[in-house]
Amino acid sequence: MTTVRTPGLTSSQTAGPFFGPALVRDDMLQHVLVTSETQGQRIRVEGRVYDGEGVPVADAMVEIWQANAFGRYHHPDDDRDAPLDPEFTGFGRSGTDTEGRFWFETIRPGPVPFDHARSQAPHISVTIFARGLLNHLFTRVYFADEPANENDPILHQVPPERRGTLLATHSDDGPTAVYRFDIILQGPGETVFFNY
Amino acid sequence: MVTTTIGEIVLGDREVFPPYLYAEYRSTILRAPGLPLISVPLTLSETTGPGPAYSAVTTISADDADLTMNAGTGGEAIGQRIIVTGRVLDEHGRPVPDTLLEVWQANAAGRYLHKKDSWPGPLDPNFLGIGRCLTNTDGVYRFLSVQPGAYPWGNHPNAWRPAHIHFSLFGQSQRSRLVTQMYFPGDPLHALDPILTAVPEAARPRLIATYDHSVTEPEWALGYRFDIVLRGPAATPFEPQREHGS
Repeated sequence: MTTVRTPGLTSSQTAGPFFGPALVRDDMLQHVLVTSETQGQRIRVEGRVYDGEGVPVADAMVEIWQANAFGRYHHPDDDRDAPLDPEFTGFGRSGTDTEGRFWFETIRPGPVPFDHARSQAPHISVTIFARGLLNHLFTRVYFADEPANENDPILHQVPPERRGTLLATHSDDGPTAVYRFDIILQGPGETVFFNY
Repeated sequence: MVTTTIGEIVLGDREVFPPYLYAEYRSTILRAPGLPLISVPLTLSETTGPGPAYSAVTTISADDADLTMNAGTGGEAIGQRIIVTGRVLDEHGRPVPDTLLEVWQANAAGRYLHKKDSWPGPLDPNFLGIGRCLTNTDGVYRFLSVQPGAYPWGNHPNAWRPAHIHFSLFGQSQRSRLVTQMYFPGDPLHALDPILTAVPEAARPRLIATYDHSVTEPEWALGYRFDIVLRGPAATPFEPQREHGS
């Protein structure tokens, strides 16, 4: 594929350690993606970010992007028939605390298409920023209890022994299902990160 | 089997983006992934992104783009007033309209308003060092601030960060997400800064603003121009990807 690039791309730089007051404001909608009117099954996604020595990363930022309960993205390029939910944009942003913890309250997304013939298993796109990350990192949350994972075309690109790093595990039953998803930047159990 | 050595793991175009591991910048050593990134085809999950929806719901006032006054104290920040403006473009040179920019910076003394920044540069009660604005229909953004100072950091002996402003942009898709830093022209610290020198040499000048006298306002503020070019959009998100099949 040949891409003609008229202007040169702007490079990436680390977010550094001081982004908090600018990017992680006391706006709860960044953690909580739902209102009482949002359609879909409530879930909480939580986890911790660790560095290559297993030390929690206390100065990371985790962003998520996902489809709504019907599998529709709130985006002009998703013009399919699945309904939009006016109570759901699908964007979340969390800092990490001193123990590396991040969390979101959202809904389980519906399946989205891969190509004209196949669909993808429900998943949440994740972007990670931190001091020491000269570029951000992309990964995905899949749900360990989801049968459609078996036929997911993206999971199939991941070596089988590493797929588990993308599976959030159901850890609690309550009014809100809790899914645990840890992000290991480096070393044993290193999370799969994507390039696209 | 793709083999990639750690120092060569990069995101996207390796002529543009820094490697994850750049040992001179010590914080990369335990945070850079050790395994190659896995290249995946673009799907709707990547060709969409939060930019349009989040930019639309974010409440922005004119104050947000005036860092000299937005501390809300009624007082003005100390320092050389600067206007920073430019265009946000996609990689085909088209403007990216109505997209959110978030910026943050140290004050004129090189101090951030952050509990973890404890070097003895003075805080300025009239300066938060945070701002945001939307691009207009031509992709143009503009904000007013004060010239940030350089500051020491513990990366290596006598390490100083050159003066810079952090930028965060969404653009139209997941691919276009960018966090970067803008530097000022003629700063002798550039060549000594491992965060900047981690960027391939040919792409470094694009992180340095140009002084633009036509932006400078008489009796008021110096003008700098900083254009930003984001990745994307991709041409064909739904192309079959059989060659990658398992």
